[in-house]
Amino acid sequence: MIGSERLAVRKTYKLYVDGAFPRSESGRSYEVTDAKGHFLANAAWASRKDARDAVVAARGAFGKWSAMTAYNRGQVLYRVAEVMEGRHVQFCEEVAAGEGLSASKARAAVDAAVDRWVWYAGWTDKLAAVLGGANPVAGPYFDFSMPEPTGVVAVLAPQQSSLLGLVSVLAPVLAGGNTAVVVTSKERPLPAVTLAEVLATSDVPAGVVNILTGDAGELGSWLAEHADVDAIDLTGAPERRAMEFEREAAGTVKRVVRPPAIEPDWTADPGLSRLTPFLETKTVWHPIGV
Amino acid sequence: MTSPFQYAPAPESRSIVDIAPSYGLFIDGEFVDGTGEAFKSVNPATEEVLTEVSAGSAADVDRAVAAARRTFTRTWGPMRPADRGKYLFRIARLLQERAREFAVLESLDNGKPIRESRDVDIPLAAAHFFYHAGWADKLDHAGLGPNPRPLGVAGQVIPWNFPLLMLAWKVAPALATGNTVVLKPAETTPLSALLFAEICQQADLPPGVVNIVPGAGDTGRAVVEHGDVDKVAFTGSTEVGKQIARAVAGTRKKLTLELGGKAANIVFDDAPIDQAVEGIVQGIFFNQGHVCCAGSRLLVQENIHDEVIASLQRRIGTLRVGDPLDKNTDIGAINSADQLARIRELSDYGVAEGAQRWQPACDLPERGFWFPPTVFTDVSPAHRIAREEVFGPVLSVLTFRTPDEAVAKANNTTYGLSAGIWTEKGSRILKIANQLRAGVVWANTFNKFDPTSPFGGYKQSGYGREGGRHGLAAYLKGAEK
Repeated sequence: MIGSERLAVRKTYKLYVDGAFPRSESGRSYEVTDAKGHFLANAAWASRKDARDAVVAARGAFGKWSAMTAYNRGQVLYRVAEVMEGRHVQFCEEVAAGEGLSASKARAAVDAAVDRWVWYAGWTDKLAAVLGGANPVAGPYFDFSMPEPTGVVAVLAPQQSSLLGLVSVLAPVLAGGNTAVVVTSKERPLPAVTLAEVLATSDVPAGVVNILTGDAGELGSWLAEHADVDAIDLTGAPERRAMEFEREAAGTVKRVVRPPAIEPDWTADPGLSRLTPFLETKTVWHPIGV
Repeated sequence: MTSPFQYAPAPESRSIVDIAPSYGLFIDGEFVDGTGEAFKSVNPATEEVLTEVSAGSAADVDRAVAAARRTFTRTWGPMRPADRGKYLFRIARLLQERAREFAVLESLDNGKPIRESRDVDIPLAAAHFFYHAGWADKLDHAGLGPNPRPLGVAGQVIPWNFPLLMLAWKVAPALATGNTVVLKPAETTPLSALLFAEICQQADLPPGVVNIVPGAGDTGRAVVEHGDVDKVAFTGSTEVGKQIARAVAGTRKKLTLELGGKAANIVFDDAPIDQAVEGIVQGIFFNQGHVCCAGSRLLVQENIHDEVIASLQRRIGTLRVGDPLDKNTDIGAINSADQLARIRELSDYGVAEGAQRWQPACDLPERGFWFPPTVFTDVSPAHRIAREEVFGPVLSVLTFRTPDEAVAKANNTTYGLSAGIWTEKGSRILKIANQLRAGVVWANTFNKFDPTSPFGGYKQSGYGREGGRHGLAAYLKGAEK
């Protein structure tokens, strides 16, 4: 049929692992609809193998990301906000469709998400001053404590707030110097995939963030048990599974952020509450003398 | 090598301590009989039964938690913070006044040399109360967020290696932040905790603020799993720590864990060898190696291996093993028959897996639980003695060639509690310290502790910190580290 209207190029939404955009190795995908149930796209449905690949990538990237200067890491994260800003319209459309928001409310959510990212970008080089310090021990020693990243963090992102919630849980993990494996909102995964495209075209090294679209109820268990995951954020875990995941996480002494009773208001000031769970305190001693 | 010096025995008098034939529990400010099965506490240096202690049953734990809750709600929680602080200052002073008594009791019950209980355990325990006392009325200034509030009742389970010191690490911050506690001391070392209960009485601490429920694993489980406990703090093995994390999963309880370790003590070829050897000895033989942060894996640069080992063996030959109450004793008794069996088992594995075992010629007492200082060379990273926590005076020696290899080997463990670095080069210290995945790094020193200084692990050595500003966060609501 020949018409004057241009036929749209539809987007295939894929996973984001180690800086690349693979389909799920399982070949699975699932239908994503808007808030009214209309088909939006097919999203990749991540498998256990995808989760394992993502952890390998995150571990591989941890050395480089955590060793970057805090100043450099802050600039890289700020760059992400710049690129997000450029994708503003696309984010608004996806948030509005997925969350069923009006255009103005979707815009407010996207604005808040970009601003939240900027806020965390500014934290990288301040954490040590705020959370570390010199300890006046009773003896001839210089002794100081400093925050360090925990390592590889698995994040089960909020199910409701598809972009602001996602940014609110992901950015603090990165600001502290950790690398992340993120499982997106199952029903509203599209802004997360677009965020992955932002990350890929910013200066964030490959593997620092890995984004899996799929079912947190399914992937959560494997991530909670995984011996090379150091911490898990259960914010987006299905309520009936969260306790089981926490138990599984105990097997490797993982740091766990328990899910809130209800999904919080992500516009509220987060303080340091999402930064500190993924930081260790290292204390170094040295004798003082001549 | 025989020493030109002969030491006459210099035993500390044990008459300063009165040990009753039996002890109960300390609940709501009073000593009461427990309803669990009684157990004996023995002197590990002589196997002499010191006393009989009743174990807390689940019902006893119930009573203790109820007392702690009541006091938290009515008395301790609403109290002016400055007054809470004053009680802690009183406790610190009382511990100092009765330090000698505590030191003797600790050495009798635990087997550690009096030199260590007198110079390390007891003074540090008092220091912890003194340090935290000052925090009680300054929590708004601790940088932990606005208006931090106590959590409520803290259930605390502590190990046998530093009985009073671990009590202080747990009780002092809990009380300073306004919580009340139910504490379970270890089965083999309950006595200094029960003497501490007397200190609470002498300080006129309101009844129910501190409750002490001795017992074994079942008692600990009852404390940890109690529905009216708001915070659980545990120091002990990684295995038990995992069980506790599982038990606490899905509850609102806050949890901190201080678990095992397999610390790398890294000696570079530019290190002052004599100082390093002293540090190695201190790192692994302090408290018979019953130390979670003990420097149990010596990583020595290959080109100085023989020199370091020769020097180390010469030094170990001068260590005096024996009567814990003798002021000349360097290495006391192994805490229990069970622990001795575990140390023997792992040590035998070391031999079976092909490492070279070396022990100095030393006479061990006939009665009691003893294990000589032991060094394994030719250890491979895959050996059990290089991977598992021995928790005894057993050192495993590995070698490395480059700093990168040292870091890789040091980090090649599921634990991450502590590490040591020996080198004259400052820039190297800072670089290696940054690369080590461990909560405490001692450079050109080892096994130093201080209440102002956060302590705790990475990886499977646990989570949370004790000491310093960071340690307070574990006991406060709305606190952000």
